[in-house]
Formats: sequence, structure tokens, C-alpha cells
Amino acid sequence: MQRASWMGLLSAGLVITILLSLGQGSVDLSLQEVWQALGHQGPELNQTILWDLRLPRIAAALLVGSALGMSGALLQGMLRNGLADPFILGISAGAGLVAIALLTLNIFLSWLPVAAWVGAVLTSALVYRLGHTANGIAVERLVLGGVAVSSLLGAVQTTLLLLSDDGRIQAALNWLIGSLNGRGWTEVVNAGPYIGGALIAGCLLSRNINILNLGDELAVGLGVSLTRSRLLIGGVATLLAASAVSMAGLIGFVGLVVPHGVRLLVGTDYRWVVPLSALGGAWVLILADLLARLGSVELPVGAVTALLGSPLFIWLLYRRMSPLGV
Amino acid sequence: MTMLLDLQHISGGYDQTSIVKDVAFTLQEGEWLSLLGANGSGKSTLLKLISRMLPLQAGTILLDGKAIQQQSTQTVAQQMAVLPQHQTLPAGLTVHQLVCLGRTPYQSWWQWSLTPADHEHIKRALAQTGMLSFRNRPLENLSGGERQRAFLALALAQNPKVLLLDEPTTFLDLHHQLELLELLKSLNQDRGLTILTVLHDVNLAVRYSARLALLKQGQLFDLGPPQQVLTPHNLAQVFGITAALMDSPVGLQICAIRAADTPVPSTVPSHD
Repeated sequence: MQRASWMGLLSAGLVITILLSLGQGSVDLSLQEVWQALGHQGPELNQTILWDLRLPRIAAALLVGSALGMSGALLQGMLRNGLADPFILGISAGAGLVAIALLTLNIFLSWLPVAAWVGAVLTSALVYRLGHTANGIAVERLVLGGVAVSSLLGAVQTTLLLLSDDGRIQAALNWLIGSLNGRGWTEVVNAGPYIGGALIAGCLLSRNINILNLGDELAVGLGVSLTRSRLLIGGVATLLAASAVSMAGLIGFVGLVVPHGVRLLVGTDYRWVVPLSALGGAWVLILADLLARLGSVELPVGAVTALLGSPLFIWLLYRRMSPLGV
Repeated sequence: MTMLLDLQHISGGYDQTSIVKDVAFTLQEGEWLSLLGANGSGKSTLLKLISRMLPLQAGTILLDGKAIQQQSTQTVAQQMAVLPQHQTLPAGLTVHQLVCLGRTPYQSWWQWSLTPADHEHIKRALAQTGMLSFRNRPLENLSGGERQRAFLALALAQNPKVLLLDEPTTFLDLHHQLELLELLKSLNQDRGLTILTVLHDVNLAVRYSARLALLKQGQLFDLGPPQQVLTPHNLAQVFGITAALMDSPVGLQICAIRAADTPVPSTVPSHD
């Protein structure tokens, strides 16, 4: 299939899932009721449900999903490593440590999103410092630095968790798995501009990833500065992932698997992979959140992404390998 | 003839150690110069210093009269193209898509589509390397020789004045080695492309280059036309070999090589 048709298909899937998502929940609304409430008509309750609960939550899922998807695509492309995810540069460890510290000590809880964001950005800055050599930023050192810093901060985080009360552990676990429960317009408005700007920047940088993938020497020969590109791409990916984490906690899987799935569909041209990963990430997260809300007990969306995503990914993998192909 | 590349006493290497030490020479426009030397003599490092892969520790490199370090890497890429020894092949990339990337130095960050002029350059590069009929083939399906020509087309699409090549014949069989060098020769003679290449094979270097630069332990040992540079003394000093030289239709060629430190067999096998 052509790349443009995949883009159309994904967009259509996204719109349909959003419409379904607006109607489904503890109070089911028909398409007509959704439409009425969107126009600020009909029963007051429906309007409140739609405008104050469902829309901000879907907007949050849209932002977080696209941020995680694109962040993963940028990092996998730049680091030439299929196992890279948005958290490889220490983002989860940095954000996690700060968030768990605040949750277990029960202090400054209203500052948690900002604090997690700061923790994530500072940790990746440290990892970048470790990856820097006299000859510029080395990809291997960047990955190893990320792993080392993550283990260190992870150990502190585990210790904090073990030392705290059971009730606090519950709240901390919820954050660690990631959830969109109760996200309102405040979170969307706070993180929206950063994520929006970074999404545009990521699309503009995608052409550079194609050139970096030809190898360092050819990239320099073609007039691309390795250090500047790696700083910019890593910076945008960090901004995306940190903003996503500050909104919804550590939602795994989306950033790792969505870019792989997109590459299986459209190939390795990052001018397509990067924007389609954002679109795919948004779709997967909104769908996962919809499914998470359907049961009698709401599941954390982070658990659903893995439950839903793994089979989808395995299907994509085997469809590619089948002798008939599609 | 104008001076295209001017290395002014450059030193450089990895981290603090200098591998290339105080090397100075110039390259005229339209010239073919080959770098020769033993393993570890600094040939590839010298090429990486010129191609901006490694930072200079001392000295200056002038490209067309202007210091390379003081120009944007994009401006330099409009005049100088590189064909590295090792290439990575992004899965599924076709020859045409690869060669299109050769126009990168001429595009600003917001400009994504190729102009008619770009397409003209791409088509010419494909034609010059005989890759027009291969243009829709993925790189991974090409043979070693075809792949090398595809990457040469990428470099030519940059429309460079000078081309740097790091052992371009390493992974090729004899036939394809000659094919590639003949192709470079025609680009050098017909298009006036200036060529600076690292070559392993001394005999091939003699056959195609106007001048040879011999490197020993990171320093320039000798520089000049093959007839002048290729002496038994220089070969012994640079490569540690004892060799006889023979004049052939394609120039001086080495024959009867022996490593200088191998002991001479006491009994020479007799030939009846």
C-alpha cells in the first residue's frame, strides 16, 4: 500500500476512535447526544461529561500518545537502535525518581507534573554530558550512559518505595504504570504548547535522520553537523517524552513499538516514519484508554497499551514474514 | 591551474594523540593524488581530517582559498564530496532515493522538494555512473561493484569540485576494481573532477594517479609523480619491502616483492 493511504487510514482510525471514545464511559452517549453536547445543547449533564471529562481526557491521550510515538521514532532513528524508546536517555528514571520521592514523602504533590518534567530533562542532560567526547556526541556512549544513569536512579527509587507506607506505594505504582484518569484542561493547556511545538520540530528534523542513517562519514560529507543534529533530535525527543510523562506517568510500550509498526508499514524513510509514529501513537493510546474505561474497574492505560499492543505488533511482524506478504 | 586544496601543516588524530603530524601539500584543480602508506601510517586519518570527520589539532586546510573550519559544513559539502570505506545501507532505500540525498547541501531546512535543477544533477550523476537502469533497485539487492557506483553517484550529485575516497576498491574483485578506477579516470579527465584517494594497491595507484603521497608514521615521507616517488629505497622505508620495479605500458609496476625482514632462504630452490 502507498504511504499516503496508510496516513489516510490511520487518520480515519483516529477520528473514529475519538468519536467512539466520546460516547463510551460510565454514562453512554449516542452519537446524536455527543453532537448535541458538543454544540452546548441538550441535557446539562451530558455537556459536563463531554466538555469537562471526556474531551480533556481524549485531548490528553492525543498529546501523550503522539509525543511518545514521535519521541520513540526520533530516538530509534538517531541512535540506529531498534530497542531505543523515549525513556532510553534516562527520562523515565529521572522523572520516576522525582515523582516517587514526592509521592512517598507526600510533599508538593501539586507540583508533581512540573517536578517530573524537570527531573526528566535534567537526567537526559546528564546522559548527554556523558555521551559527549572530544569528537562530538558518540551514539554508543549515549546509550550506555542512559543505561547506567537509569540503573542508579532506579535503585534509589526502589529503595524509596520499599521504605514507604502501603498507601503511598499504591499511588506511586499507579503513577509508574501510567494513567490518564482525571486529566483535565489544565494539564492539556500546560503541556499542549510544548508538545505541539516539539511535534512540528520533530517533523522538520526527520530528513536529517535519513542522512544520519547513511553513517557518520557520509552524513558529514553531505554537510550535516553530527553534534548539532544529535543535540536537536535528542532535545526534541526529550521534550516530547518529558511532557508526556509529566501528564500521564510512565506509559511504556507506545514509544517502543509504534515506530516499529510504522516502519513495517511504510519502510525506513523517516520523513514518513516520524509523523506517522505520532499519529499511530495517538491512535493506540486513545484506543487503549477507551478499552481501559470500558470494564467495571478502570485499568491503568499503561497496562492496556501493552496488552493491546503486543498482539498487534506480533501480527505486523508475522504479516511481514509470511511468504505471501500483502 | 588553480590550487583547490591546501593543507597547511596539519596535525590531528583521536583525543589527545596525533596520528597525522605536520602534513603539508597542495592539490591542483583537476589533479588525481593518491595517498599510500603502510597500515597505521595515517592515510585514513588524514582523509578524515580533510573531510571534517576529525577535528584538527594544528594547522589549516584551505578549500578554494578559504579555511574549511571557518565555513559552514553545508558550504563545504557543496564543493567537496566523500566516499567512505564503510557504508551503512538503510533497509529498502533505492538507488534513486540515495542519490537524491546528494542534493542535501543545496537545500535549506524548510525546503523539502527537489527543484528541476536538482533532478538534472541527479539524473546526470546516475548516467555518469551507469546506474540509470538500476535507479529503482534497493541498495541491498546490488552487487558490491554496483553498490559502490551508487554511492559514487550520490557523491557526484553533490556536484563537487573535489572527491575524497577512502580505499574505494577494498571490497571489489579485480574486474570491478578496474571498472571503478576507469570510471573515476573518465570523471577526472572529462569533467575535471579533482580526486584525492587512499589506495592500498601501489600498482593501481601508479597507473591512475598524477602524483603519489607516501605517508610514514603520520608524516609525509615523499610526494611527487610515480616515476619519481616509487623507488626501491622509498618502498623499503615506507612498506618495509624489498622490491624490483619494472617499466610497463601502464607505468612503473612493482614485481618480486619480499618483506625486508624475512631472512633470505639459504638454499634457493632450483628451477630446471
